[in-house]
Amino acid sequence: MKHEGAAGGLHGFLAAGLRLVRTTAFRLALLYLAMFVLSVGLILGVVYRTTAGFLEQEIGETIALEVAGLQDHYRIHGLPGLVDVVRARSAVPNNNSIYLLATSAGVILAGNLSGWPAAVPNASGWTHFKVADYGGVTNRPSTAQAVTFTLPGQFRLLVGRDMSEIDQLRTRMFRSLGWILGSTALLGLGGGLLMSRGAMRRIEAINRTTRQIMSGDLSDRVPRFGGGDEMDRLAGNLNAMLDRIERLMTGMRQVTDSVAHDLRTPLTRLRSRIELALLHETEDPEVYRTVLQDTIAEADRLLATFSALLSIAEAESGAKRQDFVPVELAEVVELAADLYEPVADERDQRLSVDVRGKPTVRGNGQLLAQAVSNLLDNAIKYTPEGGAISLVLEGPAPGRAACISVADSGPGIPADMRDKVLQRFVRLDTARASPGNGLGLSLVDAVATLHGARLELDDNAPGLRVSLIFPPEARR
Amino acid sequence: MKILVIEDDRQAASYLAKGLKEAGHVVDVANDGKEGLFLAGAEHYDVMIVDRMLPGRDGLSLVQVLRAAGNDTPVLFLSALGSVDDRVKGLKAGGDDYLTKPFAFSELLARIEVLVRRRGAAQPQTRLAVGDLELDLLSRSVKRAGKAIDLLPREFSLLEYLMRNAGSVVTRTMMLENVWDYHFDPQTNVIDVHIARLRQKIDKDFPTPLIHTVRGAGYSLRAAEG
Repeated sequence: MKHEGAAGGLHGFLAAGLRLVRTTAFRLALLYLAMFVLSVGLILGVVYRTTAGFLEQEIGETIALEVAGLQDHYRIHGLPGLVDVVRARSAVPNNNSIYLLATSAGVILAGNLSGWPAAVPNASGWTHFKVADYGGVTNRPSTAQAVTFTLPGQFRLLVGRDMSEIDQLRTRMFRSLGWILGSTALLGLGGGLLMSRGAMRRIEAINRTTRQIMSGDLSDRVPRFGGGDEMDRLAGNLNAMLDRIERLMTGMRQVTDSVAHDLRTPLTRLRSRIELALLHETEDPEVYRTVLQDTIAEADRLLATFSALLSIAEAESGAKRQDFVPVELAEVVELAADLYEPVADERDQRLSVDVRGKPTVRGNGQLLAQAVSNLLDNAIKYTPEGGAISLVLEGPAPGRAACISVADSGPGIPADMRDKVLQRFVRLDTARASPGNGLGLSLVDAVATLHGARLELDDNAPGLRVSLIFPPEARR
Repeated sequence: MKILVIEDDRQAASYLAKGLKEAGHVVDVANDGKEGLFLAGAEHYDVMIVDRMLPGRDGLSLVQVLRAAGNDTPVLFLSALGSVDDRVKGLKAGGDDYLTKPFAFSELLARIEVLVRRRGAAQPQTRLAVGDLELDLLSRSVKRAGKAIDLLPREFSLLEYLMRNAGSVVTRTMMLENVWDYHFDPQTNVIDVHIARLRQKIDKDFPTPLIHTVRGAGYSLRAAEG
């Protein structure tokens, strides 16, 4: 449904408002507001009870005392005496006491009220009435609280107090309560809206980035406000995740490119070899046999490359981490040495194995074995006849759980090329002559990363030393 | 041997059947799990070749059903999933061996052979003998024509594996899996070097060689040429 023009604008505004109201921040603000209003109301109620309530009680007690005094006076001085006293007391200016003395017939004898209030007294003889209705002391519309009783001889006496002060206090209290609650509500709503707008702005920034990424731009990152709060931490984590994804994507692209490039060559070779054999008419089946055998050998090489790539992918996916088991590195090292020792021997090389500890790490035994074999394979391949290769396993030390290192006396790798050789399909010119697919060290690197281990390439002077250093947390 | 192939890909199934028949086996093909279960229950087979990915069900569950029903025919899994975990799952489900696609046909034939033979020799042996070669598992000693031969521990294990499967072709992959427990192929042909060393000790000083190279497949230890 699409609105146009002004209606659309209003609709959009409303929708934005609704979105704002639906945020967690706004809801929290509302909740705090409700709590605040409730507590302010409670406090004011208590204050009111302790002030106005106390005053009312005070007045009641004063009136009761005065009434007792007047009754005594009546008993001692009779009606004339009472009339005098009531008149005198009524005449005091600006007092807020109310008196009325009347006969049973309602004739007023003394007092400052124009008539007997119609309000029915309650059980304890107290009555409430509006002073103004009875031509009060003052003309302000105030209420009074009075006690009435009948004197012997059917005379009726009313003693009361103008309650206007207390009324004013009450009104003031209610008014201020209103103001306080009103402004709190406004502040709370405003604050809530501002807060939710702030949160929304930042969430919106994250959403914008996400949309940008979904549209294919992986380089975008979530902006951070530098406050180090939970939103910043979220942004930081999102960015770290994006970095990882971007690295993986780049890796994937590289693999795809290298696969396309490096597998196309042998496939082309394979195809042209078969094609040539078909073009080349011959009666000799031996020719065909040779071609077929070469073809199988080529296909096997291709498959080996594929398996190596799959192993790397398996190690890089990191999904295998939950299948980690304790692996005895000494066994891995000894087995690999055992497997390669005759190969080194054939090339007249000395392979020395030095197991200096029995460290156990959590890991994938097959992948670790494959990494160690690859290192030995490389060392044997690149060390000249009669050279020396050493395989060393060291146990825990500060900052590591274990270290496997393979050193050779071959040509080594120049310092500036050491990062490069870890990439897939990279083969240095010195290695071009020997068989291999340029995936050996990439796999070792991937296995190291999977185990959280560090891979270090150093100069063995002469030759290369590759060390696989397991972090302390890999220990079992 | 009578072999049941349970494979949904018709092209792959017919290629398997053709190859197996050429190697002298009798082959039945089932194109889905249901048919496979029916045939496995109705007929007796020496070995079953089961694809992991079957329409509507995993080959694993099919083998679990068979094993639960008391069928103990040797099973070899074929799968495009080649990670160590998949392998372990396959063996746990009751499979006896596991081969990752694409595979060399010679590899499949060698493995089937070994599977069926292994079933035959169930009782534990303490002594293996092939021709004039004897291997004592208790004293871990090897003699040929009564003459003691000194072997390294790993050479002993390799010879033991070859002798247990005497007469059958044993591929390089099988040796790596069973002697080294390596479920990946090292870049260099290390097995050939180990076999060459073993030959130095077992065959060199004797007129008839026992360890034979089978071109394009692997090695075979047997007493007489045949």
